Amino acid sequence: MRAALFLTSPLLLFLGFSYLLPFLGIMQLSFTDPSFGFSQYQQVLSDPLTLSVIWRTVRLCLIVTVVSVSCAYVITLLWVRGRPVVRLLTELCIMIPFWISVLSRAFGWLAMLSNRGLLNTWLKDMGLIDSAIQMTRNEFAVVVGMSHYLIPFAVFPLATAMRNVDERVLTAADGMGASRLRVFWQLFVPMTASGVMGAFLLVFVFSIGFYVTPALLGGGQSVLIAELIYLWIFQIPQWGVAAAMSVVLMIAVGGILYLLMRRYGEIAQ
Amino acid sequence: MTRLHPGTIATLLSAIVALFLLMPLIAVVPVSFTSRRYLSLPDGKFSLRHYASLFEDPEWGASLLSSIQVGVLASFCAVILASAFCIGIWMLKPRMAGLMTGFVLLPMVAPPVVSSLTLYFFLNKLSQWNSIIAYDKLGGVVLAHTVMIVPYAVVVIMVALSQLDRRIDLAAQSMGANVPTRVFSVILPNVRFGLIGAFFLCFLLSWDEIGVTLFVTSVETVTLPRRMWMGLRDNVDPAIAALSVLLICVVTLIIVLRAAVHLRQARNGG
Repeated sequence: MRAALFLTSPLLLFLGFSYLLPFLGIMQLSFTDPSFGFSQYQQVLSDPLTLSVIWRTVRLCLIVTVVSVSCAYVITLLWVRGRPVVRLLTELCIMIPFWISVLSRAFGWLAMLSNRGLLNTWLKDMGLIDSAIQMTRNEFAVVVGMSHYLIPFAVFPLATAMRNVDERVLTAADGMGASRLRVFWQLFVPMTASGVMGAFLLVFVFSIGFYVTPALLGGGQSVLIAELIYLWIFQIPQWGVAAAMSVVLMIAVGGILYLLMRRYGEIAQ
Repeated sequence: MTRLHPGTIATLLSAIVALFLLMPLIAVVPVSFTSRRYLSLPDGKFSLRHYASLFEDPEWGASLLSSIQVGVLASFCAVILASAFCIGIWMLKPRMAGLMTGFVLLPMVAPPVVSSLTLYFFLNKLSQWNSIIAYDKLGGVVLAHTVMIVPYAVVVIMVALSQLDRRIDLAAQSMGANVPTRVFSVILPNVRFGLIGAFFLCFLLSWDEIGVTLFVTSVETVTLPRRMWMGLRDNVDPAIAALSVLLICVVTLIIVLRAAVHLRQARNGG
């Protein structure tokens, strides 16, 4: 037992000291800076500006989650069930963006969507528009960029669920004359529903604390929670409020993760 | 048994999604050849000035160097801490093993912005005591990256250990090997591929890390993603496009090579 203590303690001490302890410090700040009590939480949960940011974050993250999971479902279908060549091609389309830096990907969307970007230039050259359409620095760009980032993360739980589908059930239904559409909607989709749920919760959790893509593509016009925390630290220092917001965010994410675990626990049993 | 393959509609929709996934990667290519100083398409004449500036501007070189330094040091720390932890759990199955593992995975599941704030707060406090592991110092960035990547090292090494036959360790134990011998001569050599994999994953994660790095650095220790961020935030610098094209080429090459190797193995095997 002493050996176990000796081996496990370095990491536990390291994280306890450099992660748990400062997080407790943040929690303390949230109750004491600048005034003692719940006033920081009151500000987070009642200030109209803050509430509008929370509301926008939840709304955009839900849209992003639905878009990413739907796109991921379609492409995972091909990745898991397609013919070998198709499988290889889809794998490349999923893995190459996955391993590329979030900054390069955000830049790619700027190059695509900005006023002097590819899309506007093409549309102008084709004579479809006279002046550039504003496609960055707004919620549209944030949704596009975040969905693009999160699709691969939705693919992995979906692929697991699709690989676990019992092929015999599908063959049986097919053999008994069910149409392809019916096999898909009445068998395949319900059989992969747990994967969809898992992917949904996972992507939502990831999206809600997202900072880089919204900050770059939103251009300060559609601030989300994470960017608000950044502003509260570096632009208009309000440590207590930033700390309170972080604690609220942590609790929300913890709650969703708890749901996720319980869901997978049920399936495992 | 005939397998039901996706039909035309699914294939068509997937093609649209695939196009969506590849679109921004393709879009950076023309922008990187522009002759202007701002984000634009090359107007008839192609220019390599932004590629040249990557190599001529010493700041990019400095950032490359600090990214590599931070990546190697942080991955090294993370793999050592994680392997000690995982071997401790695997060999001796202490009570509360589940709780301990849950705790070390915390930085992976917590919202990145909360981790960033926490580490910024911690490094600010440390700056009052020393100037090595501090805000905007190499040591501080290494510490912050280690915290963020160590859960991934734990996951990879746990998986490697779970595939190791327990009886090998039991045999060593019954022949009188003590704990250090079991760890260094029996367990570690058997999971060496897991350790190497963990190191590479950690290095990649640290190489790409931007969320926490933004909070704990300002002007002195500037990693490559941090420098890219500066070039994206203030006014969009086409040098980022040139750098992105280079990075995309490297990633694509590695992934295509990997796929080719897999395909060959599958052909030879089948």
